Amino acid sequence: MTATVPPPDTRSFRRRLWRLAETVTTPVLPSDYLDLIAPLRAGAELRGRIVAVHPETPDAATLVIQPGRSWRGHVPGQYVRLGVDVDGVRQWRAYSVTSAPGRRAHPISVTVKAIPDGVVSNHLVRRLRPGTIVQLDQARGDFVLPQRAPSRVLFLTAGSGITPVAGMLRSGALAGSDVVLVHSAPTAADVVFGAELRGLAERGAIRLIERHTEVEGLLDVAELDTLVPDHLERQTWACGPLGLLDAAEAHWEVRGHAARLHTERFRPTVITAGDGGTVTFTRSSVTVAAAGATPLLDAGENAGVLMPSGCRMGICFGCVLPLRQGAVRDLRNGQLTTALPGDGVRVQTCVSAAAGPCELEI
Amino acid sequence: MTVMQKKADNPIAHLTAEDIETLGKELDAIRERIIASRGERDAAYIRKVISTQRKLEIGSRVVLLFSLFPPAWIVGTAGLSVAKILENMEIGHNVLHGQWDWMRDPKIHSTSWEWDHVAPADQWKQSHNELHHRYTNVVGKDNDLGYGIMRVDEDQPWHPAHLGQPLYNFLNACFFEYGIAAYDLDLGNKLKDGGHKDPEFRRRVRAVGRKIRRQFLKDYLLFPVLSGPSFLHTLAANFTANLVRNLWSHSVIMCGHFPDGVETFEKTSIEGETRGEWYVRQMLGSANISGSRLMHIMTGNLSFQIEHHLFPDLPSNRYQEIAPEIRALFDRYGLKYTTGSLPRQVFSAWRKVFRLALPNRRQPAPPVTPLDDSADHPTPALVAA
Ligand SMILES: Cc1cc2nc3c(=O)[nH]c(=O)nc-3n(C[C@H](O)[C@H](O)[C@H](O)COP(=O)(O)OP(=O)(O)OC[C@H]3O[C@@H](n4cnc5c(N)ncnc54)[C@H](O)[C@@H]3O)c2cc1C
Ligand code: FES
Repeated sequence: MTATVPPPDTRSFRRRLWRLAETVTTPVLPSDYLDLIAPLRAGAELRGRIVAVHPETPDAATLVIQPGRSWRGHVPGQYVRLGVDVDGVRQWRAYSVTSAPGRRAHPISVTVKAIPDGVVSNHLVRRLRPGTIVQLDQARGDFVLPQRAPSRVLFLTAGSGITPVAGMLRSGALAGSDVVLVHSAPTAADVVFGAELRGLAERGAIRLIERHTEVEGLLDVAELDTLVPDHLERQTWACGPLGLLDAAEAHWEVRGHAARLHTERFRPTVITAGDGGTVTFTRSSVTVAAAGATPLLDAGENAGVLMPSGCRMGICFGCVLPLRQGAVRDLRNGQLTTALPGDGVRVQTCVSAAAGPCELEI
Repeated sequence: MTVMQKKADNPIAHLTAEDIETLGKELDAIRERIIASRGERDAAYIRKVISTQRKLEIGSRVVLLFSLFPPAWIVGTAGLSVAKILENMEIGHNVLHGQWDWMRDPKIHSTSWEWDHVAPADQWKQSHNELHHRYTNVVGKDNDLGYGIMRVDEDQPWHPAHLGQPLYNFLNACFFEYGIAAYDLDLGNKLKDGGHKDPEFRRRVRAVGRKIRRQFLKDYLLFPVLSGPSFLHTLAANFTANLVRNLWSHSVIMCGHFPDGVETFEKTSIEGETRGEWYVRQMLGSANISGSRLMHIMTGNLSFQIEHHLFPDLPSNRYQEIAPEIRALFDRYGLKYTTGSLPRQVFSAWRKVFRLALPNRRQPAPPVTPLDDSADHPTPALVAA
């Protein structure tokens, strides 16, 4: 432990040196100059360089990213926030890490599926060029395997929902487990990592059940009774469209095994809209009219406010801001939150919308 | 100039209220179009300017470490002057206007930017964006009209202290950044009316003090010390670069609102002002500078002062693009687009400073409105710079 911490006098010497450097570069910071030459250096804000972009299916691609020196690694199943400039505007989205955990200096990969009209996914899949610097954040998320891999596992995935599972399969952590993967995609050609998964199945590492929904129709979760008769006894990780996950949660709940089901959502389940209202971002001196279905995060970003954000779906709390006063509605459950000055109420802006005039402190 | 409303030949007499609103709509449409087309190209532009500026600054400062040698002094001082001008004008001024906020890059954002200027960014933003851009050329409201120390409009009352204004203006030009800091603090009035005891004012003064200290430490101590035997030469070079930057930005900014042909407005004229009328005030209250692309960049595109005042938050690289269209609008609506070369506009502005140091030769035409608001006019502050 102590070996890695520099002795106090070198530390204060370094601090003094840094102060001196700050005086040299005032009014900007030394890092603003260093970023010009070494954006991935240790101590810099975490960024990554795109090393390669490999097409996977007609509308999905894998990005190989060399993270900066401050990357702390990931656990299979976790996601990383990625910030990329699309049309000159910085956009942040979350993507599951699909590479197996390697040494810290190794490149990582994420796999993105372009969705219709998707701003970021289309840019990443179709226009991103190797060499581009993207913004990153440390890996997060608790959609991960337990320390000791369970002996029997079911993965229930669809579309791009295969991504966190791919990370788990590639990690080797499940080498001794009995693994079943039930995966849905429109056609065989649309299966992301199709060849690799089929290879695993051939070698007997997993049992793969592919569902090609264009001909066979959507999977009804009740079919699992025949497809994987022991599915309720397995630890199950499910990731895919909201419909599939909602159905799975209901199924496991009704059968009394909700604790064995782990889900990961890529977008929030929105059940309600707010009433809309004017939103004031106090420190930025910006006021906008926001519709009842527009998350405060989007309203702020569209008005040029530097909003902090993360998963954009209510799980990471990276977007939380103090609500100085006013009313907001949680888009996931319709719950109304009101605040008066001094209340110190904090709200997740990515899943809250204005329900009347409100003031956010930023 | 005389406030527009008191002129015998009011330059907008031929426009109906409807004309003005249509004009406003046409300008809104131009603005919307540019906003919708902002993108990668613009982002690449500002990043390029910033990285060029930083490299030029480092390069010049490195050269100046050897400023004992005359060629190094000359090259380094010239480079540093240009770097400082770029930093204040095309980068600082425009970033602080929020022209690049749409990129959502926290490093290039009006709320996080700080500049190489003794006026702290937040204080400057308030006096410049909230007051000057809102009250452009309204006598008694827009303190940029003479910065509270000069008389630049016949309608500002004359005072014997104005006799010294050519000198004040020259000093203000040399130490322009200090002039702006004092002006943002409203120092003159605060000292006069005892407002300097206000804790908020004191906090602001301390913030300016901190910035002055840092700039001094960097330009007049640290880099000279790093230059070793070239200590004095580097000190002189840094002083010169600051001086050049101050003279340049002062000249450019004087050209924006002081040259002949620019209109000023009565305080009462902006009561209940519509969006269209606000636009017209910006159109007639600003003047452009003609010149090469390089000159435009060096002025921070404030050479397109008219376009900038119409749309203060559009990216500066777009002003040149819309200028012909704006000019065509002026023609169509029979308004005068004031523009001229840099020397001509600087001369015109200075001539006015000299002319108005003396009382008006003839009484201006009797006011159209009987209201006498002279009591609220800015009185000359005690500080010159
Ligand atoms: C924890 C987490 C992990 C994720 N991992 C991955 C991953 O590994 N691979 C991957 O491709 N995506 C992943 N996503 C989704 C990803 O973050 C983006 O939401 C997705 O790429 C769409 O962004 P966009 O900018 O293209 O779409 P936007 O422009 O934001 O949205 C366009 C339209 O599509 C709808 N939409 C938004 N998200 C989705 C979605 N996921 N599916 C269908 N419609 C949607 C929107 O409501 C909107 O109408 C993950 C999300 C989370 C929260
Ligand atoms: S962005 Fe993750 S909770 Fe809001």
